[in-house]
Amino acid sequence: MKVLIMAILLALSAAQLHAKEAAPLAQDEATEKRLVAISSELRCLVCQNESLSGSHAELANDLRREIRTLIQQGKSDAEIMDFMVSRYGDFVRYRPPLKGTTLLLWFGPGLLLVGGLGALVLYLRRRSKAINDSPLSTEEQQQAERLLNVKEPR
Amino acid sequence: MNRFLWPLIGFAVLVVLLAVGLNLNPRDVPSPLVGKPAPLFSLARLDAPEQNFSPQDMLGKVWLLNVWSTWCVSCRQEHPVLVDMVKNNRVTLVGLNYKEVRGDGGLDADKLDAAAERKLALERSNAWLKQHGNPYRLSVLDLDGRVGIDYGVYGVPETYLIDKAGIIRMKHTGPISRDDFSGKILPLLAELSK
Repeated sequence: MKVLIMAILLALSAAQLHAKEAAPLAQDEATEKRLVAISSELRCLVCQNESLSGSHAELANDLRREIRTLIQQGKSDAEIMDFMVSRYGDFVRYRPPLKGTTLLLWFGPGLLLVGGLGALVLYLRRRSKAINDSPLSTEEQQQAERLLNVKEPR
Repeated sequence: MNRFLWPLIGFAVLVVLLAVGLNLNPRDVPSPLVGKPAPLFSLARLDAPEQNFSPQDMLGKVWLLNVWSTWCVSCRQEHPVLVDMVKNNRVTLVGLNYKEVRGDGGLDADKLDAAAERKLALERSNAWLKQHGNPYRLSVLDLDGRVGIDYGVYGVPETYLIDKAGIIRMKHTGPISRDDFSGKILPLLAELSK
């Protein structure tokens, strides 16, 4: 009987050991939540269209580990952002800061929209003017009436 | 005629924009470290693991720091260029061996303890240098890639040009071609060495 219990306990502990590999997420929920929040704002430099939180690249793993360490050291989100930007540049941020070199990036689309709308308005105005500004002369008016009044031959 | 002129101009502008944009290299991310002091570290040397090397040891010299690894395919492509570069020019090249064991997808580094990992990394990298030639004045071991992170490494190989005051003056991402060396690196080296 004892042997059986021991065997069951052993089997259970082995199962627990096995489950441990995927466990670190639950270990410190607050840290992991912050890690996900911060790393979704960051670009993975290896696969550039993936965020750091979603990437399986080796470097992304290392950087997440680094961010986790910084969180555990009690660094603020801004300090962690600085850590990343000072090493990898503004390019790692999905929302780059507003400054001289990024003005066109931030306001370019708006400018294009305003320019496009302006061009459209100008074009429409010019067109309606062109239509209004060419009334028929009396001669043309008579010609039009004559054409309209012609009786169709039976 | 006028009716087609503006759409044609618009189309031409679009073609030029796309031609320029699509020919840019998305891997060419400007490094914020250019113009800043090279991050400090102290790491064990490959040739003499009991000794450490630090960038401060190089103050007063212009030198290149090249990030490499034996599992890195592009490094093999770059290696003969480095060997010739050192043979034919007065260039001081220091290697940063990046994640020799952990970076290799074929190895399970988790199974190794720290000492075993270090031993394996030393064996592998020294054997590789013996086989392919060693262009480096010395190389250092960055087992966990932390120094790599400080330098903003995101794809091996990468090369940094560091001046006499210890300031990073240039970063090259990807393998150095002979044209890169003669056109970009050598002129800057000559200018900074004056």
